[in-house]
Amino acid sequence: MILIWFIIILMGGGILAWIAEQWQAGLSRWVSLAATLINFVLATVLWIQSPGQVTVAGSSWISTFTAQWIPSFGVSFNLALDGLSLLLLLLTFFLGLLAVLTSWNEIQYRCGFYYFNLLWVLAGITGVFLTMDLFLFYFFWEVMLIPMYFLIGIWGHENKTYAAYKFFIFTQASGLLMLLAILGLYFIHGSNTGNYTFSYFDLLGTALTLEASRLLMLGFLAAFIVKLPVVPFHTWLPDAHSQAPTAGSLILAGLLLKTGAYGLIRFVVPLFPHSAAEIAPWAMLFGVIGILYGAVLAFSQTDFKRLVAYTSVSHMGFVMLGVFAFNALAWQGVVMQMITHGVSTGALFILAGTLYERIHTRDILRMGGFWAKMPYMAVIALIFAMASLGLPGLGNFVAEFLTLIGSWHASRVLTVLAAIGLVGATAYSLRIMQKIFYGGIAETHGLTDLSRREKLIFLPMVIVIIWLGVFPQPVIDTAKQTLTGVLEQAHVRNASPPATEKPILSAKGGIHE
Amino acid sequence: MSKTDFLNVIPLFMLTSSAILIMFSISVKRNHKLIYIITAASFVADFFYLVMYHPKVKWVIEPLFIFDGFGVFNMGLILLTALAVTMISYAYFEQREERKEEYYILLILATLGAAVLVISKHFVSLFLGLEILSVSLYAMIAYLRRRERSDEAGIKYLIMAAFSSAFILFGMALVYAVTGAMEFSGIAKFLSTAPQMPLLLLTGFGMMIVGVGFKLSLVPFHMWAADVYEGAPAPVTAFIATVSKGGMMALLVRFFNLVDGYRYTSLVVIFTVIAIASMLVGNLLALRQRNVKRILAYSSIAHIGYLLVAFLAGGAMGIEAVSFYLVAYFITTVGAFGILATLSDRDRDAEQMEDYQGLLWRRPLTAAILSAMLLSLAGIPLTAGFVGKFYLVAAGVNNHQWLLVSMLALNSAIGLYYYIRIIAVMFERHEGEEEPADMLHPSVYIVSGVTMAVLVALLLWVGVYPEWMMDVIKTYVNS
Repeated sequence: MILIWFIIILMGGGILAWIAEQWQAGLSRWVSLAATLINFVLATVLWIQSPGQVTVAGSSWISTFTAQWIPSFGVSFNLALDGLSLLLLLLTFFLGLLAVLTSWNEIQYRCGFYYFNLLWVLAGITGVFLTMDLFLFYFFWEVMLIPMYFLIGIWGHENKTYAAYKFFIFTQASGLLMLLAILGLYFIHGSNTGNYTFSYFDLLGTALTLEASRLLMLGFLAAFIVKLPVVPFHTWLPDAHSQAPTAGSLILAGLLLKTGAYGLIRFVVPLFPHSAAEIAPWAMLFGVIGILYGAVLAFSQTDFKRLVAYTSVSHMGFVMLGVFAFNALAWQGVVMQMITHGVSTGALFILAGTLYERIHTRDILRMGGFWAKMPYMAVIALIFAMASLGLPGLGNFVAEFLTLIGSWHASRVLTVLAAIGLVGATAYSLRIMQKIFYGGIAETHGLTDLSRREKLIFLPMVIVIIWLGVFPQPVIDTAKQTLTGVLEQAHVRNASPPATEKPILSAKGGIHE
Repeated sequence: MSKTDFLNVIPLFMLTSSAILIMFSISVKRNHKLIYIITAASFVADFFYLVMYHPKVKWVIEPLFIFDGFGVFNMGLILLTALAVTMISYAYFEQREERKEEYYILLILATLGAAVLVISKHFVSLFLGLEILSVSLYAMIAYLRRRERSDEAGIKYLIMAAFSSAFILFGMALVYAVTGAMEFSGIAKFLSTAPQMPLLLLTGFGMMIVGVGFKLSLVPFHMWAADVYEGAPAPVTAFIATVSKGGMMALLVRFFNLVDGYRYTSLVVIFTVIAIASMLVGNLLALRQRNVKRILAYSSIAHIGYLLVAFLAGGAMGIEAVSFYLVAYFITTVGAFGILATLSDRDRDAEQMEDYQGLLWRRPLTAAILSAMLLSLAGIPLTAGFVGKFYLVAAGVNNHQWLLVSMLALNSAIGLYYYIRIIAVMFERHEGEEEPADMLHPSVYIVSGVTMAVLVALLLWVGVYPEWMMDVIKTYVNS
């Protein structure tokens, strides 16, 4: 029951924020803060109460919720929470809380509608992480898309319309391919068993021919690798990230990208283990290309937010590499990467936002020598730049290290190449520090150090990134059961590959027969 | 005529008699409000009769009409849509033409034509219905005589419609020459015994497809659509986009299923090509438009293309999908044009992109409703359009039409661009003074306001809880 409340609180909070702004200016911020805070506390309580190790044997689900929705299509409102979803929910609400705080003074225009969109994006993301019905999954996939479009399109920077279009069309087009694949799976399962349903658990065991499985997997993959993003489908990302308002970039980088990674682990591998294993070498190759390409491009950017956006491309390459390495170690690295990247890149985007608020530019060539003026901000920037380059003791190191150990088993060449990406990360991270905080003093008019609110934002992020770096075990434990469960299933099903003779659909199957 | 016959055709009688009543009423005194109330009341009464009292058994009036669930469902849909069009017409015409009353006679007659179409089972009733519909539309399109584009639109439609009628007639003649039957069932019987389709018959069907394609504005018979949509008054455009096309679509479904056209590869190929062409051309041409009415015109071309996917899938699921999509599409289109009508002023319709700039900040509710309608057209979840499109894709996938279905997906992605563009314009920051308040009596706006509210509520309800609508469709269509 608590699962549905996560979504209701966010959606209801969004509507309330919109209305509240009509009563009194500024009230919407408090409403949004309350909504995200309640959810964060609820999720934390849930986490403390249900440590990953102690769950009912054979079931990794901590909590479930089911209700009828459209019975004639076999659609149900089916939510379920396991360790993986719980971690991502915690991340969602944590970053959601920070997103509200960063918007506090930045957004002055149509606040009510802004917070409405912000909370609805979060609601969509929450739904994506929770739902176990593929129809509902697509539904939430779209719910997170449209408010995000508005966030970029209305409150973004100078080139916002273009960026918003590009973001929307890329994600929507790939989402439609996923819808086709979902429908294909639905009908194949229905005609095989007579049970037409979108339920994830029922569809898990669908017997697919090789060809059908490949095609359907590509449909799902399309949506997830555009979202992740994987080179060459990443071109929407630098535009969207750099044009979005600070909270928008934070949510894009911290959460929306993670839905792609989550989709790979939750849907692509369990539903199509065989085809996923087939495509794995290519997928890992593209992951490595992303790591290197993202790093090179990040190094050559002058726009701070664009630079950070390309580092995301690079970091998400590790996710791709790890997921398709198919072993527990790499997957734990992937989960760590999802969380640490959310925090560290989010922090860099907030830094870009706070700088922009002060000097109204994102061009790092026009910055320099800010350390003297803003020691607090400089220290924080240093911490997250170090996190981004993978310094031991900070969360990202654990994530990338685990991923690389895991992928070593799968492909040595690719792992070596990916490790070179870490050198690239060092280069671009140091460049951030060098250009902005060291060097000759640029124009410093109106430059003030972090305000109390901003410190309040960065402090928890610093704590989290250090905590993840020195004591990552609770996170790994929480996700462990889900990950090993999925991997075991995949290995079992791969041991008995699908028959090749069966037709895609048994003759003219249909819902009415 | 037996009593059951009579009970069955009462809906048609009601429309005819209310048209006559309005004519008399005008000859006594011109009173816009009264005429409007009569029109609305007759649609409401007709619909209620259809739902409450109409005999719910399949009934055939030889040789012209068939009253089955599918026909009754579509007739009800047409009546409700006509009612919604009436509602948005009142405020629209109140501030424009000095002779507004005759418009309602034409509206009722056009509705009658569409209603005849959906229950016809014979070439004669088909043609009769089609001509009643078309002839009324000629006058309706050119109704605002003072506007520069309305004559052009009216004449364009007249010439094209006359041509297409000629094509249909010639096609019918050829079909009759080969099969010796003008009843659909007679043609079906001939076909079931014939080993293969005679060339002459195929030619006849081909010519009929030209006529039908014109009515549905399918590519390559779509040339008139944008100009007519642009020139016609907004409520009339809504009517053309919904009732006129819906009636034809229902007829097409009935005819094609009766003669089982799915057996003939040539016919299926023709329709597949037309469907793909309509989707692509409609969406691509819409991309560069700056005029909202023209965008909606091209988008309606594409939407009929989508509909053909389910139509080609055939079977019970295909028919259900077509019916559901029609419902969703009608709600959405009438809603969009309704908003357009309420934004229009005395001299011109609000059809330029500039008219919508910053609308969200000027008139938030109006903008929110229009956004909902556009998102539904784009097929975004929570709206009826999404479930409708989902149904279409489901019907297509169920029947392995991968080409058509993937074209549908591709085109939905293209279509997003121009729907989103309108929304983006509405969300742009608006600098400048507030426009002066409108000068009509407030009750006028209440009517259109309530209509819009009802439409958007329906849109969301069908989108969130489609089960109910699906049940209704299943009970009617399968009976």
